[in-house]
Formats: sequence, C-alpha cells, structure tokens
Amino acid sequence: MPLHYYLIFSALLFAVGLAGALTRRNAILVLVGIELMLNAANLNFIAFWRYSPDPNAIQGILFVIFSIAIAAAEAAVGLALIISIYRHYKTTNLEKMDSLKG
Amino acid sequence: MQAAFAIIAALTLVSAIAAMSLRNLVHCALCLAVAFAGLAAMYLQLDAQFVGFAQVLVYIGAVAILVVFAILLTRSGQPVPHSVVSRSWIAGVAIAVLVFCVLTRVILSSSVSQRSLPAKPSPTVREIGNQLMTWYVLPLQVIGLLLTAATIGAVIIAMNERKSAGGDHRVTADQGHGHGHLAAPTGLNEGNATSIASETGSESPAHYPQPEREREVLAK
Amino acid sequence: MIIGEFFRGLFLMIWRVATDQPEAKADLLAVFPPSARPVISAVLTVSPIIGIFATLFALTTLLERKGLGRIQNRLGPNRVGPFGILQPVADGLKMLTKEDIIPRSADALVHFLAPVVLAVPTILAFAVLPYGRNLVPVDMDAGILFFFAVGASTELAIFMAGWSSRNKYSLLGAMRAIAQMISYEIPLIISSVSVIMIAGSLSPVEIIAQQGRYLAGGFVPHWFVLTPWGLAGFIMFLIASLAESNRSPFDIPEAESELIAGHLTEYSGFKYALFFMAEYFGMFAVSGLAVTLFLGGWHAPFEFLEIVPSYVWFFAKLMGLVCLFIWVRGTVPRLRVDQLLNFAWKFMLPLSLLNLVVAAVWHFTAAWEFPGAGLGRWLLGAVMIGVPYVWLGRALSGSKKITQRTYRFAD
Repeated sequence: MPLHYYLIFSALLFAVGLAGALTRRNAILVLVGIELMLNAANLNFIAFWRYSPDPNAIQGILFVIFSIAIAAAEAAVGLALIISIYRHYKTTNLEKMDSLKG
Repeated sequence: MQAAFAIIAALTLVSAIAAMSLRNLVHCALCLAVAFAGLAAMYLQLDAQFVGFAQVLVYIGAVAILVVFAILLTRSGQPVPHSVVSRSWIAGVAIAVLVFCVLTRVILSSSVSQRSLPAKPSPTVREIGNQLMTWYVLPLQVIGLLLTAATIGAVIIAMNERKSAGGDHRVTADQGHGHGHLAAPTGLNEGNATSIASETGSESPAHYPQPEREREVLAK
Repeated sequence: MIIGEFFRGLFLMIWRVATDQPEAKADLLAVFPPSARPVISAVLTVSPIIGIFATLFALTTLLERKGLGRIQNRLGPNRVGPFGILQPVADGLKMLTKEDIIPRSADALVHFLAPVVLAVPTILAFAVLPYGRNLVPVDMDAGILFFFAVGASTELAIFMAGWSSRNKYSLLGAMRAIAQMISYEIPLIISSVSVIMIAGSLSPVEIIAQQGRYLAGGFVPHWFVLTPWGLAGFIMFLIASLAESNRSPFDIPEAESELIAGHLTEYSGFKYALFFMAEYFGMFAVSGLAVTLFLGGWHAPFEFLEIVPSYVWFFAKLMGLVCLFIWVRGTVPRLRVDQLLNFAWKFMLPLSLLNLVVAAVWHFTAAWEFPGAGLGRWLLGAVMIGVPYVWLGRALSGSKKITQRTYRFAD
C-alpha cells in the first residue's frame, strides 16, 4: 500500500480539524479541532517512519511520543483556561469573548 | 491490509466529522474518543505498537476525559438557542477545503508518496527506551519540565480565586436556577425531567447537583 | 477420517494444555485449511478465557455473598441447590429475564452503548496475562502498556452510563468514579513502573521469567513482592486496584446508601448484568496483573512444587487476591470522597514516587559484595520506604483537629 494513502487521509483529518476549529463557536470544540490537527500530524510522522528505508531510524516514533506528551499538556492548560474564562464571562461562546478588558 | 485501512480510515473520518459538527457537545466528545481510537488502530496497523497504546492511554484515558469534564463544568452540554457555528463559517470551511486541496496536490506530486512498504522490524520498547535515555535525553527532560509546569499551571488557572473575589468563589452556586441542569443532554427541560420512567422511580429534580461543588470542597 | 483427526487434535490440545506443553493448538489447527487457521486459532484462545473467567465470575459472586454473610454473622445464600451453590444460576436467570428499561428521556444510543464499551476493554485486558508456562494469549512487547491503555478506556464508558441516564445520582456517581479512577491510576501505574524498571521490560512474559529463580535451596522464590520496594509496591498496587475496580472501601461511585448505585441506577436486566460482569472481570484482570508483576506469575512458591501445572498456581494466587478483596470489603468502612482523593494525592502518590527511588537504590546496590550484603540491602530499602511511610502517615493524620464541619447543600 503506497504511502500517499496515509498522507491524504491525514490531510483530510487535518482539514476536518481545521474546519471545526475555524467554524465552531464553542471554545472547547475549537480546542478539540486543534487536537485533531495535532493527531493528523502525528499520523504523518508514523507513516513516514514506517515507510523510511532505514530500518534503524525510529525518530518518527520518538517525535510522536514527545508530541503526545505536549498535546496532553496543551489540552490540560487549554481546558483550564476555558474553565477560568467561563467563570469570568459565564460563557464558552467565543463570539461573546471579544473584549480585551475583563 | 487495504480493507483494514479503508475501514479504520472511514471510521476515524466519520467520527472526526461528527465530533466537529454535532450539536450536543457530549456527543462530540464521545465521537472524538472514537476518532482517537481509530487513529490508535491506524498506528497499530503501521506497526507502531508503543505509540498506539500510548495514544489510547493519553488521548482516550486523559484528553477525552478532560474534554468531558470541561464540557460539564462549563455547562456546554445543554442546548444552545443559537447556531453552533460562527457567523463566518463559510470562510472557515473554504479555508479548510483550500488547505486540503493544497496538501493533496503536494502529496500527489511528490515522489516520496509513491514509496511502497519496506519490510521493517517493529522497534522494541527497549530500543525506544535506549534512544530516549541517550540521544533524546535533553528533550525528555524538557518534556518532563513542561508537563510539571503544565500541571501546576492548569491547577492554578482552574483554581478558584477565593480570596480576591470574596464571596465570588462559589461561582457555581451563584448561577442560580438559570443554569440548573449542569449536564443535561439536549432536550431535557424541567417539564419532562420528572417523567423518567425507571424502575427505581427516581425523579430528576429541577437542577442537578454539581460535581464541581464536590471538587471545591476537596480543594480545601 | 477428518473427524477422527479433529478429535485427536482436540484431545492433544487439552492434554498439552493440562500438562504445560508448548504448541498445544498445532495438531488441531493442522486439520483446518491454512486460510482459516488464524481465525480458528483466535477462537481457540479466546473462548476458554471467556469461559473460565465467566465461571470464575459466577463462583466469585457466590463466594463473596457467602463470605460476606459469614463476616456479618449470617448464613448468606443457602436456598438454591445444596448450600446455595446454584445461587449464581438463579441470579443469572433473574437478570436475563428482567425487563430492560430505558428511561424515557435518556440518550438511548449512549445508554445502550455504555455497557458494551465497558465490557470490551475489560475482556481485552485478559489478552496479555500469562496464565501458565505456555499459556499466553498474546505475547506483546508492550503488554503492560496495553493493559493500562485498555484499562484507561473504561472511564469513558462509566461516564457514558452516568451521563446518558439523565439521573442526578447516575451523573454524580459517574463523576466520582472518573475522579477516583484518574486519581488512583497514577499510583497504580507508578507502583508497577518500579517492577518494569527492575525487570527492564514491559512484557509480562519477561517479567515473570525474571521471577522464576529460587534462593536458599529452592525454598525462597525470587518474587518481587519479597523485596522492600516490591512489598511496598504490591500493597500500593492492591490499594489502587481496589479503587480502580470501584470496590469497597472505595465504592463511593456506586454507594447504594448515598447514590442508589451511582451510574448503575438506571440500568436493569442484561445491561446491568454486563456492568456487574465487567466490574468483576476488571477485578480479575487487575488481580492477574498483580500476580504477574509481584507474585511471580505462574511460578510455584517452592521449587519442588514446580511439578504442579503452572496455571494452577496462577489461578490459586488470583483467587487468593480475590478472597483478600472480599475480606477487605467485609471489614473496612467506606471512605468519604475527600478522604479518598486526599489519600490518593497526598499519601499514595508521594510514596509510590519514593518507591521508584527505592527500587533504583535496590538496583544499584546489587553489586554489593561484603558479607551480609543481601540483608543490608534489604534493610536499607525497608528503612527508605518505611520511615517516610510512618512520617507521612503521622503528618497527614496527626495535624487534623476535630472541628465543626461545614456542610454545603445544593441550592
């Protein structure tokens, strides 16, 4: 199975995440969209690793492990921020959080 | 191989699209978990066992749960009166389609993408560990520091500002009746809440007790 | 002809399994065409596991009710069959014939999927446990990671059950369950990391192989539980696994007297039975992992007992742990939510992290040569984990003054 199947699938997933992040009103779902984009990128790393001719290169895997750790940290901080903003504005609707002064 | 890829890809894509488009946010979170599971299956199909399991452990076991908690704590689970997409959604979708087209064009025009599958031994956990502890030890330390910082940061951000705001620390309690049901799935209003037909005859009261109250008590 | 071959293969398989021989399935599989072999092989592996654990589940429910009855100074079930041993059958029939109720305002799809999503990972977790010398369903390089990964996905199922029922008790129970499972997952994983560190492998087969030696003329097994860090890790693992499987004294998510069974409130009939089964299966799986990590897996306690088939030892240890769980349930009162979480974060987490250090010290003192080095190593480890245990325990419980509790009610 050629590599571009995986790459196109990953591009599609990235586009879905991007569309969600750009269009949804709810801040949590925007974060979810970003997570999907990160995952799509991870899939690319794994696919490139698997198809690389060098049998000993495992950089792709290590990169994904680091990326997963970063994504977990990002999700935790991002959601904490959303909860904190919710306390302040009583909403998670991004279109209502448009003032710079709290 | 092909069939497995097709099934996993279809499942992942459908659930990703559902996660981005459903109205009920809890359904979105559950679909997101399915998409993560599909990606983990994809990693397993690509012989990346360790990453596949780590994906399940971190994304389904932690990130999806975090998302669910955030949805319940911000009462995003209840139906919204207005549209769930922003006013400029056409532009957003257009940008996404554009990005996809560009990416696909690049992928298809590259010679790398036609590469076929080389026979390759799956790296053992030992190998990954050795690499992490030798060549990648600095990134590993940085990640450790980042995770610690993120944990502390998340706790501090999400903690109630009890002292500065005086009585405001019980934000959840001040919401009053308007935000009564915290996690009510769409369509639950107080009218039919009492008509839950169940063996135990339990009734849904006007408002749900709020789990964050428990957490507040715990935080002390 | 082919039928004869089939029964010969079947007989050989059973005989080889019973006598601990490898390649048990080979002759039976040879009967089938090559294309069907992977599927047949999988069925031959999976069906005994499910059958055995379903039987164990039935037996354990009876044992638990009988045992709890004795602990509470009553007889326990004794009406169905002699001494009540047919009680599980009666329970099962009752469960299956009960009406399956879906609350009118429930989220029907999620409500239906929750027990299924819960049952699948708990059964998957059995895939990596080595049941005997040659009885490993899947010998995975990252087996322990697989176990924890599937264990982590049960949390979402409990949330699904609690949220979709649209009942405040269900939701509260589910949120408590998730908070508890996340909190105790960390000590659970960290206390097993010390074993992984010493064994240098994530594969259960390899971990058991490292515990297969005997000291002192075959009378002291080389199990990890007999080292200071192993003992501390084992105890912490057991406590955390009690919490992970939502069993008493950590059963606040489904406390009958507080939450009318939490996320199980709106379930009846077969779905309730699935939840019940998944809970027991989870308990078996996590006990099996404890046996694998700390109690030497299928190895016999003494060298001369290795002639007894290995799976006997595995299941004996497993049932021993299950009996311990029942005993704990009968004797320890339920914790409050805050006590539960404080215990996880303030006590278990620091101690399990410290245990990692102790395991590291144990690893690096392996080179000690002077006379009495073994005992010295042991004592050093015991002091390193014992002193902080006492100190932390004192510090956490001693500073607490009895004050008036402030209650907060839902407004």
